[in-house]
Amino acid sequence: MSETRTAAAARDSSRIWAASLLAWVWPGLGHLFLGRRGKGLVLMGSILGLFVMGLAMDSRLQLHLGLEDPLALLFSAAQMGIGAPYVLARLVGYQAGLVTSPTYEYGNTFTAVAGLLNILVLLDALDTARGVRGK
Amino acid sequence: MMRSHLLNLLMFSGLVSTVFATLLRDTTRERLRFGLMAFAAFVLSTVVIGWLTNPFPR
Repeated sequence: MSETRTAAAARDSSRIWAASLLAWVWPGLGHLFLGRRGKGLVLMGSILGLFVMGLAMDSRLQLHLGLEDPLALLFSAAQMGIGAPYVLARLVGYQAGLVTSPTYEYGNTFTAVAGLLNILVLLDALDTARGVRGK
Repeated sequence: MMRSHLLNLLMFSGLVSTVFATLLRDTTRERLRFGLMAFAAFVLSTVVIGWLTNPFPR
């Protein structure tokens, strides 16, 4: 009996970790993993839409990891919140942006907000996996 | 690309409102209502703040 409970707890724990990781790696994937297909697809479309529009508006995907400029570090962390799309976009050459573009600041805002929203989505997937949220 | 400020505002407001409505409400009807309210709040507050700051260009 206790062995069954331990196995169930381990399975629940793995499910929670998997949902959280998937939610961060790709927007909406955590909800799809948890069987919330409609919610996952809407979140995926909206957040990826924001991110892609940000890139189209010449956003810079900066990578500041030092503490010499804390605001740049926070901004970088916000953009990285979207997970794999950030890495893919940098790999295909979107890291520089175009600072002279009239839409540069719009683009930065779109990509950073997309990352921050994905962090909220991650927390929602975590709550859903733990059974705190129903739908 | 996308040099219209109004279009940028509408797209941003629409997508962010959709995410908030999906996360914060549980039924389709509640989501629709919340999403439309959030969208309207984003757009109206931006227009009002833009209008109020118009005399201070720098």
